[in-house]
Amino acid sequence: MLIIGEKLSIIAKRVREAMMKFDKGPIQEIATRQWKEGSGMIDANIGPAEDGGEKMMEWMVTTIQEVVPLPVCLDTTNAKAIEAGLKVHNNEWGRPLINSTSNDPERFPIMEIAAKYNSQLIALTVGKGGLPADAEERAGIAAEMMARAMEYGMPVEDLYLDPLVLQMATTQDQALKVIKSVRMFQELNDPPMKTVVGLSNISNGMPKELRPIMNKYFLSLLLYEGLTAAIADAHEVAETVKTFDVIMGRTLYAHSYLQM
Amino acid sequence: MAFTAPNETYSGKVYQVEAGTEKTFVIGGENVLPFHSFEGNVPNRPVIAYEVQDVPPEDWPDTVKKVYDGVSGNPVTWAKHCQDKLNAKAIALRLIGTHPDRENRSAEEAAATVKEVLAAINVPLIILGSNHIEKDTSVLVAAAEAAKGKNCFIGKALEENYKTIVAACLANNHKLIAMSQLDINLSKQLNILITQMGFDKEKLVTDPMCSALGYGLDYTYSVMERIRLAALTQNDVTMQTPMLGDIGMYAWKVKEASAPESELPIGGSLEPRGIAWETVTAGALMMAGAELLIMRHPESVKALEKFIDELM
Repeated sequence: MLIIGEKLSIIAKRVREAMMKFDKGPIQEIATRQWKEGSGMIDANIGPAEDGGEKMMEWMVTTIQEVVPLPVCLDTTNAKAIEAGLKVHNNEWGRPLINSTSNDPERFPIMEIAAKYNSQLIALTVGKGGLPADAEERAGIAAEMMARAMEYGMPVEDLYLDPLVLQMATTQDQALKVIKSVRMFQELNDPPMKTVVGLSNISNGMPKELRPIMNKYFLSLLLYEGLTAAIADAHEVAETVKTFDVIMGRTLYAHSYLQM
Repeated sequence: MAFTAPNETYSGKVYQVEAGTEKTFVIGGENVLPFHSFEGNVPNRPVIAYEVQDVPPEDWPDTVKKVYDGVSGNPVTWAKHCQDKLNAKAIALRLIGTHPDRENRSAEEAAATVKEVLAAINVPLIILGSNHIEKDTSVLVAAAEAAKGKNCFIGKALEENYKTIVAACLANNHKLIAMSQLDINLSKQLNILITQMGFDKEKLVTDPMCSALGYGLDYTYSVMERIRLAALTQNDVTMQTPMLGDIGMYAWKVKEASAPESELPIGGSLEPRGIAWETVTAGALMMAGAELLIMRHPESVKALEKFIDELM
């Protein structure tokens, strides 16, 4: 499974301060650490970035790829900022991923950009009308977005369907619906559609010490359903992914398998 | 529509490991199952090393002992004979005389033997201890120092004694043979432990433990096959080492290789039977993935070389 390192987010105080000052040090340190911990892609979450978004995303992409040979996940609602990031992205280390479009018409331009720049794209299965009620509604939205991708000339293989993980602490019944969605999404195409989740949202609002437990168990269930990628803390989930690969027979067991 | 044979492609590749300084050999490097050159790249031929010992082969059956009459009294003349007369591509010097239950030769004596043999030959040398856990730690350390700069294969490092042997190979720049007891998971674990000491995984050779035809060959075959599949299909970097088949000592130990025809009428004539036993054991393990084979009888070696010619 692909781990998209979640730590470079404007929500984190240290990252936000570094971004405001265009201070490369902390950004590159965090990016490098996530790479070493097993991330295959680095998320760059600059928030809505209404002012100076283009410059910010451009700076984030080049700053990260100066030290880490990985593609970047461009995480913002600002389409212009995404475009600016794609222009400087170094595809030698893999194709970029945009986070994200949805079934809300305001987010359609982001899909156009993905098609134009041959980028991969996360498609959040929500529309304008609020949160989806169940897996069936998510799959319906997914099908609409897949049709739109084809209209825009974008291969559906480049779409990562995101069922939108909700908080256990507030909407417990949604957890199973998300798991079911991951299974249903794959059936929408042959080869199966790619899937992605923002994992840590499941434990948002929970006591700090419980969050890793919830994240890891939830991830193992999603993995069993065939999840392709997760935006997550690589340090936290690496043992889950490695153990899962051993259980599934994808990695040969050895007592030190966690250290490899 | 014409039939097209399916071709497998693999994500992993076996490391190439080189031995020697003057004349050298390279094993491994393939990205396909043994001899599947129609699916990928098989750059190197398996290598057969002739086994010699630091003490005369009193315990070898007559069939193979008599071949070395007149040279096997001394490891130097024995090794030179294998190189010059039998065209050995490599020599495997087994320091069996250091075993406490045998002649109990000291580490210093073993080191002196290593130096003498190295001075007499120019093909690569494989240095093997007596597989005595404690004794090998001093013997192989002394041997590694005596062979410094000669790019030898040294073994066997076991789970119980690998640390000192790994350190000696690191310090003297040798390749290392790691042996586990017929268990694929323990084999992987030992490779991990060795690389965690800072030893380059690309200088490692795996011996999953040999066994002779009729005496567990199928177990060794199966472990070797699974190691190779993990290397190629799962791209498991800890399992991409070339493999060793320590054939001679197992094949010539079994009853069928030494019992006269009067005792074993169904087996037929003794001499060709012993040779066939070693050849078939080696051939089977080579098909499972062994790239380096340590053997004793020149006729077995000849037969296996012919087999390789036909497969390459």
